[in-house]
Parts: sequence; C-alpha cells; structure tokens
Amino acid sequence: MEDLKFEKALEKLEKIVEELEEGDLSLEDMLKKYEEGVNLSNICTKKLNQTKKKIKMLTKERGKFIEQDLKIEEEDRS
Amino acid sequence: MGVFRKGFYFFTFYLFFLLATNFFLEFLIEMDLFDNIHIFSVTELTRNIKNLLGRNFSDIYVEGEISNLSISASGHTYFTLKDEKSQLQAALFKGFNKKIKFNIENGLHVICFGEITVYEARGQHQIIVKHIEPKGLGALQLAFQQLKNKLQREGFFDKAHKKNIPYLPTKIGIVTSLKGKAIKDILNVINRRFSNLQIFIVPVRVQGKEAAKEIAEGILLINEHRKVDVMIVGRGGGSLEDLWAFNEEVVARAIYNSDIPVISAVGHDPDVTISDLVADLRVPTPSAAAELVVNKKQELQNTINNLFLRLNNIISGQLRFFDAKLKRLVETYFFKKGPQDILLYRQQRIDDFIKSMNNSVNYLMNLKSEKFYALIGKLESLSPLSILSRGYSITMKLKDKIIVKDFRILEKGDRIKTILGKGHVVSKVEDIKE
Repeated sequence: MEDLKFEKALEKLEKIVEELEEGDLSLEDMLKKYEEGVNLSNICTKKLNQTKKKIKMLTKERGKFIEQDLKIEEEDRS
Repeated sequence: MGVFRKGFYFFTFYLFFLLATNFFLEFLIEMDLFDNIHIFSVTELTRNIKNLLGRNFSDIYVEGEISNLSISASGHTYFTLKDEKSQLQAALFKGFNKKIKFNIENGLHVICFGEITVYEARGQHQIIVKHIEPKGLGALQLAFQQLKNKLQREGFFDKAHKKNIPYLPTKIGIVTSLKGKAIKDILNVINRRFSNLQIFIVPVRVQGKEAAKEIAEGILLINEHRKVDVMIVGRGGGSLEDLWAFNEEVVARAIYNSDIPVISAVGHDPDVTISDLVADLRVPTPSAAAELVVNKKQELQNTINNLFLRLNNIISGQLRFFDAKLKRLVETYFFKKGPQDILLYRQQRIDDFIKSMNNSVNYLMNLKSEKFYALIGKLESLSPLSILSRGYSITMKLKDKIIVKDFRILEKGDRIKTILGKGHVVSKVEDIKE
C-alpha cells in the first residue's frame, strides 16, 4: 500500500468514501472500508508532504548529460 | 503672319549657328587642338558620377514602398523603392540584412538609410541600404506581427496541439539564466512551499544575440534528457528588445516540437510573446509558474482532508446509530435472555472503532481547521440520536430484529418496537397500507 502512487491512492480513497456514502454495506464491511480509507488518506498526506528536494543544473557536453548540484548565490541585501 | 516671319528669321539664324559651330569644330580638329579636351571612357565617366553621388548622398534616409523584391542565392536582398512618380533600385547586402529583425516584403512602406552609389555594370544609380525601418510601426513590432501570422498559418497556436500540464509534477525542468531574477523567484517559491520535487535547471542566456539559440537548445536538451514532467521556460521582465529571444522563430519551433509540456513565463504582463502563444500554458511571471504547481499541492491537501472528514462523518453517524441500537437491544428483555457474551463482544468491537475514530478526529482537530469544527457541528446534527430527539423514530420488527424500511416485511399481528428520542414502545400491527 505504501508503494501506491499518489494519484491512485487518492482515487481509491474517493471511491471508498462514495461507497460508504451510498450506505448499502454491512457494519463489518463498512468498518473495513473505513480502516482502508483512513490508511489511504494518511498515505496521500504523507506522499504530498514528502521532502526530497533536489536542485540540479543540467548541461550536455560531447553528447553526455551532466547533472551538477546547484548553488544559487543569495542576492546581496546589504 | 508676324509670327511666321519671326520663326523664319530664327530658323535662319539657327542654321547659320550650326554651320558656324561645325566649321569651328573642323577647324579645331585640323589644328590638333582637340588633344586638350578630355574624352571620358564610359567606365571613367560612370566612376566620376559615382564619386560625385557618393560625396553628396552618403548618409541619407529615403522613404518609399518596396516592390520587385528578390533575394539572391548569396543572401543579398534587392528591391525597388518607389513612390507615385519615381523608382529607386536598392540593394541590402547580407551583412546588413542579418541585423534586420522583420521580414522585408513587397508593399511594405519603409524608411531606408544608406548611401547612393552607381551600379557600374548597368550605369544605374542605386541605394546601398545599411538600415531599414518599417514606417509607422517599430521594426520589432512588425517582426512580431509577421512571425505571429506565419506561425498561426502553420497551426502553432492551435488548442488541439496543447498538452496538459501534469496535475502533480514531481520533476520540473527550468530553462532560464542562472543570473537573472527569474531563477531566484522560482526557487524562492519552491523553497517556501514545495517539497517532493526534483528540479533540473538548464542555464542559458536569455538576452542578446545567442539567447534564442541557447533557449531552443535548452528545450531540446530537456526533451532528450527525458526526466521531467513539465518545464518552465522564461525570464524576468524587460523591454521588448530584452525579451526578444522569446519572439524568435527558433524558440517557437523548439516549444512546438517539445514532447514535454512547456509553461512559458516571461515577465512582461500584459504583452504577449510568441513563446507564450506557442507554449502549452502561459503565465505572466516566473514565480507564477512555480506557484501554479504549489497551489495544486494545497488544493490536493484540501481534497484529502475533505475526503477524510467525509469518511469520519459517515462512520461516526453509523456507529452512533448502531451503538444506540445495541444499547437498546441489550436493555430489552428478549436479549437479556440471549447470548450476551456475543453481544458484549460486538459492543466492544464497536467501542474500539469509536476509539480509533476519535483518534482520527483528534488528529483532524490538531489541524485546527475551522472547517473541521463546522463539519463536526453538522455531524452532530445529522447523527441518528439527534434525529430521534427531533421527533423521528425507528421501528423494528420484534421477531426478526430488523429495522422496518418497507411495509412488505410486516404482517398483520406482528409485534413491532418503536425507538423514540426517549425510551421505546412495543405495539401490534393492526393494518398495513402502501
């Protein structure tokens, strides 16, 4: 479940909520769906807030891609 | 009659004059005096005229309409400049031609700057054009209009060609200068609010002679690299001249041919560049391009929160309903005699879920969302308990322990139990009607 793509997870969550709102489920099924839904919404939130920021400079030299970490100098505010 | 006589005298005089001149010339030839008189060769004369014209008409402006335009294989441009009465041949040599942004077209009204010279092979004077400006409109505006028309004809701005911007891009390419304001603005927005992102910046010049070529190559490079979901191409604001690279055909073609969606972000609202028109999406500034994706993130977080609330809403309503139902069933004489431990087990399980739900609700409360409190209020008002307290009731068939939603499950004489806001009543069915 953790490997689920964000879009897929969100789609699943939407479907579960709709199913529950239709209200044709037994109590047991409902609670199962509920658990799944809570889990999915946690996954979505987590995925959305994952912090993996990488800024690279991309150039090409002699047909080869070069990815370098980039440092942008802060503007001098003195 | 007098007039005829006068004419006759004049004619006689004229004949006499011609004869005299002739005698004089013959006399000069006989005397070998002609050596002192200069006889031009055609070339010499032409060159003299050329020098004369060159001295007097070296840096001049001349205005007229272009016609008979032709561009030679060697890259020189020739045309005729004309007005109502006269024509002037014009030549625009390759070196000067390169500097002209707009396309020279027949019928265009222009002002040419240059020098008058003589094309010796034909003995014809002409203007060597060093600079040319469209009359009335700026050269850049005209060039913009010309390219816009051309690309429009080729379908570059068609909606059908535009690609969708991915909903939640995680890899973004940026084609801009590392020195400009644009990159700082974009990274500022991204640093402030973004998270799970990978950014590839292709550094290019965004101003000057090489800019257009570099931007186009940058777009191509990102396409070859094949790693990003979307790219931002742009620069900060500036004058029309500063932004010119984004009005060049080579950039327009690179954007059009890009497989990766392109967001054009040239800081110059409200004017539009050709890049803006070709791109899949246009935003007025580079930071707006970055915010576009950020806002989507916020939007998504709201969607998730919303779904989560709905989830809890349904469940808490249902659980309270079942809980109330169970409690009342337990209290009834019928169930007191039944298998109590199963019932207690069920109740415990429901209690567990209520607990876990409360945890979730607490989590949401921690989000301190006003919306959440509003929804909780709504939840309360919708729960079955409060519905009962408003005068509604729930009817159960006593024998089968099922809730009566349909008259067809009942028969005359069945015992039914009605749960009220407070307490319950047991009654007997006397009549059934649809």
